[in-house]
Amino acid sequence: MLAKRIIPCLDVKDGRVVKGINFVELRDAGDPVEQAKVYDHAGADELVFLDITATHEARETVIEMAKAVAEQVFIPFTVGGGIRTVDDMRDILRSGADKISINSAAVRTPELISAGAEAFGSQAIVVAIDARRVSEQLTVNSEQSDQTSQFTTHNSQFTIPKWEVYVSGGRTPTGLDAVEWAQEAERRGAGEILLTSMDGDGTQEGYDLALTKAIAEAVNIPVIASGGAGTLAHFAQALTEGGADAALAASLFHYKQMTIEEVKDYLAEQDIPVRR
Amino acid sequence: MITMIDYGASNIRSAQKAFEYIGAEVELTEDPEVVRRATKLVLPGVGAFGSGMAGLHQRNLPEAIQETVATGIPFLGICVGMQLMFDESNEMGIHQGLGLMAGKVKRFPQKLSMVNPSTSSGQVGQLSIVNEGDETQSPISNLQSLKIPHMGWNQLEPAWESPLLAGVNTGDYTYFVHSYYCDPDDATAVLAWTDYGFPFASVVQKDNVYGLQFHPEKSQTIGLQILKNFVNI
Repeated sequence: MLAKRIIPCLDVKDGRVVKGINFVELRDAGDPVEQAKVYDHAGADELVFLDITATHEARETVIEMAKAVAEQVFIPFTVGGGIRTVDDMRDILRSGADKISINSAAVRTPELISAGAEAFGSQAIVVAIDARRVSEQLTVNSEQSDQTSQFTTHNSQFTIPKWEVYVSGGRTPTGLDAVEWAQEAERRGAGEILLTSMDGDGTQEGYDLALTKAIAEAVNIPVIASGGAGTLAHFAQALTEGGADAALAASLFHYKQMTIEEVKDYLAEQDIPVRR
Repeated sequence: MITMIDYGASNIRSAQKAFEYIGAEVELTEDPEVVRRATKLVLPGVGAFGSGMAGLHQRNLPEAIQETVATGIPFLGICVGMQLMFDESNEMGIHQGLGLMAGKVKRFPQKLSMVNPSTSSGQVGQLSIVNEGDETQSPISNLQSLKIPHMGWNQLEPAWESPLLAGVNTGDYTYFVHSYYCDPDDATAVLAWTDYGFPFASVVQKDNVYGLQFHPEKSQTIGLQILKNFVNI
């Protein structure tokens, strides 16, 4: 049976991990290879490296990093951040990364998704979506409401959840509907959606399950839930209620609030298939 | 010495590094003459079947591979490299493969209904594919939607004992990324099955020809063990 995946995310700047595990036993906590090895041994199913260096000069260091990781870590890894062209993708994939992820560049130039999928296959193209809830409040006069509809409650107000796509590290709204954008990404050849709830990110209050579910049901490619993990139950919820295929977390693992092993033990107890 | 075929279509670096990591010596080649001298051949692969075959033909490799394999040296196809071992694939048109193993490469169905969900029977014949609009003909509870590509960690169920899978147990996980699967004519060539809505051939072996549908170079300890087993064959 296909296992649900647990994926730690590492932020990288100038080829160095800036948000990673703070282990005393690490000789060099900034070394992406050392960090990757620790997570590999801890049972991570995959790794995501997010390059937060904005400059073009940094491309070379990211490529070097991918090469170094591929030499010593034998689980799949994705590199994202600052990828703007098919050549950028090629450089990183040739260095040993299994997938690249594109976010802002995909929104600006959706053709980039198709071009990447054509050149390297859909399996190598992850479209990262940062979404923020922009729900519309609707008021319904209950006397006039259709008695057969699902909204035949005594409440006069209900919410239609909607999410807007943000780019540039979550700073810039795009006006795009997250569900529609995910569908377009799939249509254009994306092999996976890395879905981050901007509302949940950093709160440790749980993944946005309604968002995750809305996207997972709208597309036929795997969805990675991200943003908001704080408890063991949050992982289980994202993978069951949310319908996600994988769950990503960063700080939770870096600061050792819980280990990947604990997460997987818990999931296995809930009869969720995981690799152990 | 592992001779790894570089035919331009794939990211072979990871596979090369994995072999080196377990202590094997690797030579990369696109030269048919080097292939003919090989004592162990590996055909890695990422990408489409058609462009893979085109890459082999451009370098005049198919005949060299076929003749060298016929001498009995161990040959290992990985992922698309395994698919290229078969007679043909219908990925974006019909393409002829290397014909090292009898059978076809087929796309995973988007929807299927399970008549017999058993994976232990070693039979693929119970699968029925459901076309769009046909859903009403099947009990909805048996309908399953498959995400394509089949991507992630899935389990092996070895069908018989082979040195290639020494130390590998039923239920061990390896990492898969593929939208097409191999359907060998001879079911006894299937060395391990994996269940993705139905059982498909994840490891095949016929005499000196071996194939892995998953990526051993991305399958952590189990993957490295299998590569080590191949080196030691």
